[in-house]
Amino acid sequence: MNPLERYAPLVDDTDAFFEACERPLPSVVRVNTIKADPERARRALDDEGVVYEPVDWHDGLLRLPDASPGTNWPYFHGWLHGQEEVSAVPALALDPQPGEKVWDSCAAPGSKTTQLSAMMDDRGVVVGNDNNLGRLSSLRHNAERLGVTNLVVTKQDGRNFSLKPLGFDEFDRAIVDAPCSCEGTIRKNPDTLDQWTLEHVHSVAAVQKGILSRAVQATKPGGTVVYSTCTFAPEENEAVVDHVLDTEECKVVDFDCPLDSVSGVTEWEDDSYDSSVTDTHRIYPHLNDTGGFYCAKLEVTA
Amino acid sequence: MSDDERENVGQQFGRLPATPADREVEGRASREEVIDFFAERFGIDPAVFAEFTFWEKGKGKIWIFADDAPTPIRVEGLGMTVLRTRQEHWKPTQSAIQRFGRHATKNVIEIDGEAAAAFVRGEDQELDWDGDWGYLIAAHTVGVGPEGRPVRDGTAVERGEREPIGVGLYVYGELRSTVPKGNQESLSPLSTD
Repeated sequence: MNPLERYAPLVDDTDAFFEACERPLPSVVRVNTIKADPERARRALDDEGVVYEPVDWHDGLLRLPDASPGTNWPYFHGWLHGQEEVSAVPALALDPQPGEKVWDSCAAPGSKTTQLSAMMDDRGVVVGNDNNLGRLSSLRHNAERLGVTNLVVTKQDGRNFSLKPLGFDEFDRAIVDAPCSCEGTIRKNPDTLDQWTLEHVHSVAAVQKGILSRAVQATKPGGTVVYSTCTFAPEENEAVVDHVLDTEECKVVDFDCPLDSVSGVTEWEDDSYDSSVTDTHRIYPHLNDTGGFYCAKLEVTA
Repeated sequence: MSDDERENVGQQFGRLPATPADREVEGRASREEVIDFFAERFGIDPAVFAEFTFWEKGKGKIWIFADDAPTPIRVEGLGMTVLRTRQEHWKPTQSAIQRFGRHATKNVIEIDGEAAAAFVRGEDQELDWDGDWGYLIAAHTVGVGPEGRPVRDGTAVERGEREPIGVGLYVYGELRSTVPKGNQESLSPLSTD
């Protein structure tokens, strides 16, 4: 059975949902404002005759319907970075400011991490952590290519991350873009569901709870923590948020999601979740013709 | 002071001393020397680097970081690689030149069209150059729109519209591309009309 069938009760238009999941996803690039403004990047693509379409909700995102995003001059200069449209949402929800200290707990390969750096005008500190050496090497490569200088790369288990080497003891903001069952990437990786099991959903949810708890603990009172995944599974989304609402000092806060989304669910199978998860956002592929995504914004209360 | 602070240890970053007189780790370049290098070789105003710190990890590999941190610090990365020292001719990195090379006022060789494309493929090429031999910034004009393009007789574009491509080594009438293998690419030559 197609694992996506289990989400049919959550989706308003199941036909549109399943059709969208079948369609390949267009290539999208983000303009790296550390090196170039969107207007200059567009002119460089024009010079080369590369066709692009603007993304109406973000002037730094461009769809490249025909081209491979990595073979053009602005890409070589580090003005562009391939990043799926929907994955630009969590950094916008986090809204990091120049000079702040920000933790990206699951950073590699670095699209969101380098977006955070650009939003901070490359000032302050982004601590980009991952626990896999191979993935860290792609994070380092991407950060170099994009000219990022405010990134500290660490290799730790996010669940018990230590700030001790860093010389400060709390973050202003943190983002947990968690490892997940990745159902929402089906349009990019059609075989992603071949490995799907409910056991994996439950085991990865335990890791997600651990990392999100640590993120709340490591962030200052009044600070912001954003949690995101590319899965539809409530076990990995609302249930994880519900868990930290119980165990850590934090609350859900609403944010303006720039893409069409629906509210997080308060009930799933035999479980029910805190009513505030209705202020978290589910983005289904058919709503905006993107990948699937989940994003929650939390405020640390003590 | 611990041994870690006096020696260069491969798995950690140590902050560069302010000047050679402050040096405690043998052979380590100072912040002043690094900034002087970019000023003397490429005419980059030292003010460009005022808000950054410089670090060494491994022998001679210098990194630039937007903030400050305790020294020494054991992490996997601290900012961006910027310069290779502890060899006769210091060599700036591709990433440093792409990020900071726009501020250069000398030792910039302008290459356009097929020459720029060949450089990005990693090829060496014979080119005329009247200036110093050694490491040069290879730059071209890109993304400036029709009004900003150089005309055929070679009128120089405004500085700032010229975009650094990477580091070239100019010797014996030849510009050798040092674009790292992982960054080399086959790109279409841009029209200079």
